Amino acid sequence: MTALGTSQQGAPSAIPVPQEEPRRRRSRRGVGLNRRPGFVVYLILGLSVLIFAYPLWWSFVVASGTNATRGQTLPFIPGPNFMKNVNAVLEAVPFWKALGNSVIVSTVVTISVVTFSTLAGYAFAKLRFKGRDGLMIFVIATMAIPTQLGIIPLFMVMRTLGWVGDIKAVIVPMLVTAFGVFLMRQYLSGVIPDELIEAARVDGCNQIRTFWNVAVPAARPAMAILALFTFMLAWTDFLWPMVVLNAQNPTLQTALANLQSGYYIDYSIVLAGAVMATIPVLFLYIAAGKQLISGIMAGAVKG
Amino acid sequence: MSSMLGQGPPEAVVETEWAEAERRRSLTWRQRLSRFDLKASPYLYISPFFIVFGIVGLFPLVYTLYVALHDWDLLSGKEAFVGFENFAWALGDQFFWNSIVNTVSIFLLSTIPQLIGALVIAALLDQQIRAKTTWRMGVLLPYVVTPVAVALIFSSVFRNAGDASLANNIVEALGFEPIEWKRERLPSHIAIATMVNWRWTGYNALILLSAMQAVPRDLYEAAAIDGAGAIKRFFSVTLPSIRPTLIFVVVTATVYGLQIFAEPRLYDVSNAGGIGGADRQFQTTVLYLWELAFFRRNSGRASAVAWLLFLLIISIGLINFVISKRLVAGEGENQLSRRERRALARAEKDRKAVAR
Repeated sequence: MTALGTSQQGAPSAIPVPQEEPRRRRSRRGVGLNRRPGFVVYLILGLSVLIFAYPLWWSFVVASGTNATRGQTLPFIPGPNFMKNVNAVLEAVPFWKALGNSVIVSTVVTISVVTFSTLAGYAFAKLRFKGRDGLMIFVIATMAIPTQLGIIPLFMVMRTLGWVGDIKAVIVPMLVTAFGVFLMRQYLSGVIPDELIEAARVDGCNQIRTFWNVAVPAARPAMAILALFTFMLAWTDFLWPMVVLNAQNPTLQTALANLQSGYYIDYSIVLAGAVMATIPVLFLYIAAGKQLISGIMAGAVKG
Repeated sequence: MSSMLGQGPPEAVVETEWAEAERRRSLTWRQRLSRFDLKASPYLYISPFFIVFGIVGLFPLVYTLYVALHDWDLLSGKEAFVGFENFAWALGDQFFWNSIVNTVSIFLLSTIPQLIGALVIAALLDQQIRAKTTWRMGVLLPYVVTPVAVALIFSSVFRNAGDASLANNIVEALGFEPIEWKRERLPSHIAIATMVNWRWTGYNALILLSAMQAVPRDLYEAAAIDGAGAIKRFFSVTLPSIRPTLIFVVVTATVYGLQIFAEPRLYDVSNAGGIGGADRQFQTTVLYLWELAFFRRNSGRASAVAWLLFLLIISIGLINFVISKRLVAGEGENQLSRRERRALARAEKDRKAVAR
């Protein structure tokens, strides 16, 4: 907190308070108060980003390095062994199958969550029906429930169905989320004027066509945000896939975890696995990071 | 329908009567369809959510309570009704309390620094800095690394004193004795909390940043004119204004933090198969629940633990909600100004009404 103090103090002192009056026009746009943040702001931000980025780079350095790399205090230069460790990962776990499974699971879950959330969110936001408010409160309340704690009966159900070891068992429990319904309701109640729905109805649209022609186009930005978050959620899920899948048919997360099994752990192989799983996401992040950021920031305002 | 028309006698009067009746009937039929569409569609639209959630979300949770009241083996199934015996067993079990202590310790070590760090970073990003998007992307970078990969990376960063590791390299370079990061309780908690902090600080900073950007700049200017320095402005303008978002972040962090699993599970698998250390020094409650259910296959006891944890999460979530509400409400400056603003708006309206 002291760091914060110094950094913020440095900034506005550039403009003495008495000067505020003649600068009214500029300050209304929020520029006047702390227009030129000091060097300290950049220093702290730079250090934070360094702390956030270095463990990733370090993983790559160790995954590509020799035994000597580990002896260095802060190793920075990658070694020649990355491909060797990548091959070791490919031998140890069914990496490509795991990657494929993760893509299938995340895609199916995302499509399902976005579809059903938009439908339900639209009904809650714009249609009138008996019990609407009560059901919506129920949806909001379920958002706080840690459903993860129901894995024991869920496992029993999957065993009865014979789905243990099958990715169906991972997909089905994630097909809907209360958060998705809540997000779409919040968004749609704001963006669609009731008159538009009335107009569509007067023009002879039935309910589903009104939904398709009025709600879906309006809902697109929120659908994109929801899709992004749902994909992330399904992609990172670990506890349940680990319980219900086996080592031969894993998702990416459980396959990575299996790299660590056994008494002797070769950390350069483990880290090579972590790097392999992260590289594709990093490229996606560089391409679509802006959307992710605006999604998080927009989601916060709604949520 | 056409056959019905054809059946009628060929007299003109009757024919028009038939046509009339037919028109009326077809209208009401369409109306009825449309009314059905109007009434049933909402339920049709919300039913997929409720049906699927009921089956895979709610039912397992409620059924967990039923399982908890029985002697129940994971594979051979239900044995005998035992009432609250499993709950009594869990409450008297030292490993259960051990896991609760560990969970709460890791939770505190991760949530508090995380919130402070996120507030600092958000406040810095809220300045008029150059290359905004680049900084934001840099801060969010760890979020795209999955918890499993984070756990793998940091279980390699933090190792025992005998093994060369990044953390101990730094500790030794600073002139301290190397630390038993996996063997000892507190160091292992710090290491696991570091994983959580590393992944979530930037994410929460962005959420807080978006709330900070919604704070009207006039408030800061008014405070500055009143002589409030940067720190004073942060505590008496920024914090109260972003209160709802702060509560949101705290509650989310609580629900996540108390269910932490991947990080302790993968922190040290070479010892005792990854149940949280040889002495369970970093076994969290979800990890203990997993051990009970899928290692020892005692579904009854595991379910009792699940419900106790469920109650704990709900109550800590509520306590957090109340505390963070009160904590930031204390300043109350923004509330006052909001009330003032409302009063001003009312006065303005009255003035206009009088003028008219």
